[in-house]
Amino acid sequence: MTTYFTKDHEWISVDGPMGTVGITDYAQEQLGDITFVELPGEGDSVSKGDSVSVVDSVKAASDVYTPVSGEVREANGALADEPELVNTKPESDGWLFKVLLSDASELEGLMDEAAYKAYVDSL
Amino acid sequence: MSDTEAEIETIESLPLDAWHRERGARMVPFAGYSMPIQYEGILAEHTWTRENAGLFDVSHMGQLSVSGEGVAEALEALMPGDFSALKTGRMRYSMLLDEEGGILDDLMVTNAGDHYALVVNGAVKWDDIGHLREHLPDEITLTHHDEQALLALQGPKAADALGRLVPLANDLSFMQGTFAMWGDVPLYITRSGYTGEDGFEISVPADKVAMLADALVAMDEVKPIGLGARDSLRLEAGLPLYGHDITEQTDPVSADLTFAISKKRREQGGFPAAGKILEILAKGPSSKRVGMTIEGRMAAREGAPIFAGDARIGTVTSGGFAPTVGGPIAMGYVEAGHALSGTKLQIEVRGKMLDATVTDMPFVPHRYHRKKKA
Repeated sequence: MTTYFTKDHEWISVDGPMGTVGITDYAQEQLGDITFVELPGEGDSVSKGDSVSVVDSVKAASDVYTPVSGEVREANGALADEPELVNTKPESDGWLFKVLLSDASELEGLMDEAAYKAYVDSL
Repeated sequence: MSDTEAEIETIESLPLDAWHRERGARMVPFAGYSMPIQYEGILAEHTWTRENAGLFDVSHMGQLSVSGEGVAEALEALMPGDFSALKTGRMRYSMLLDEEGGILDDLMVTNAGDHYALVVNGAVKWDDIGHLREHLPDEITLTHHDEQALLALQGPKAADALGRLVPLANDLSFMQGTFAMWGDVPLYITRSGYTGEDGFEISVPADKVAMLADALVAMDEVKPIGLGARDSLRLEAGLPLYGHDITEQTDPVSADLTFAISKKRREQGGFPAAGKILEILAKGPSSKRVGMTIEGRMAAREGAPIFAGDARIGTVTSGGFAPTVGGPIAMGYVEAGHALSGTKLQIEVRGKMLDATVTDMPFVPHRYHRKKKA
């Protein structure tokens, strides 16, 4: 399983043809207390860069862009009752959705963990 | 994630800038100043203020004094308040009005004895000063006290905390003010604020504000609180935010602020656009500022359209998740026929229709310290 990162502060953890997407610890820290997560529908067809989810915090609503194209296979139902999981466990239990990749080559433009860390340090 | 923070040309620092940073505040541009939006987190800071005492730096606000022969009448020509009847040490909420009856700013006016003290919004203070200079008679003196900082201490334990430093503060009731000494530091303290809780605003010389802030947060019940919680607290208290819920395009009646037009002024007029405003008061406004509670957890924010069935009948002017209410709430303007408490409406957010109900404000009861009637 390999995890990739975007400049918009999403992560995608890829296991075979399936990717799990969430927002990074840096992103949740910037957003503050998350009160609601709007998730994509299961079966939705999404294209890389689409706004497919919205994370609503006490401060503002922020779009989440899918790092890859494909079909949404699952949305994290636990967030309906516990949106704060995105704050407390952004890179594990606070995942947003799972997507069946349609083009694995889209991963090539993303950052690995070290590159993402260097990117965040430069902000 | 999207990042849409607007850039502002010049951002100035306030006297407590370093103090906030040392305490881990996240600083953002606001009203032309760098200000703390949060320390540990908005939810925690909001709840702390409702249960204990929160210290807010509101030094971006304009502190003005107005004095001279006939000053009360001069202020009455610009605002609908009854300032000639305002006793020394008493304060009123009022509004600067333009010739069309639009609201240029909302503000606090205190009779401080030899002058009237005005506290105006930071974002429009320079416009306010220009407006006052232009419209006040030459014999009235207007002074901008930019050598003063302003702190707000808000919450049910605010009186205990401030009383330890300045016992005189406990003698004040809501909307009263007094000069007081803290050691050799001169303060002007009012029992007021914008959270719906009991509390105080404290004007203090800028070079002493860090010392006072230190003395306050050294107490167990006091924590520094950022602008984020200030906004969620005032929204729950049903208090309008200038530039959002009230603007030059809104009048005091539509804004549901008629309490600030005193009985005498209604009878006598003499404030800007008095004829127009009193006519709206008599006939009723075509739209009105109301509070709304929203089903579910998705928040509706400024600009969201409001519907009654298929008909667009209004717009949200501010909204968000309300920590003490435990769900999303909003303020907005709706056509008068839909303004009654209990009216069911829909608010459109990102293509979804959210069910909303017009709700009496405040959303969270005010807990001001009012003098008991004898």
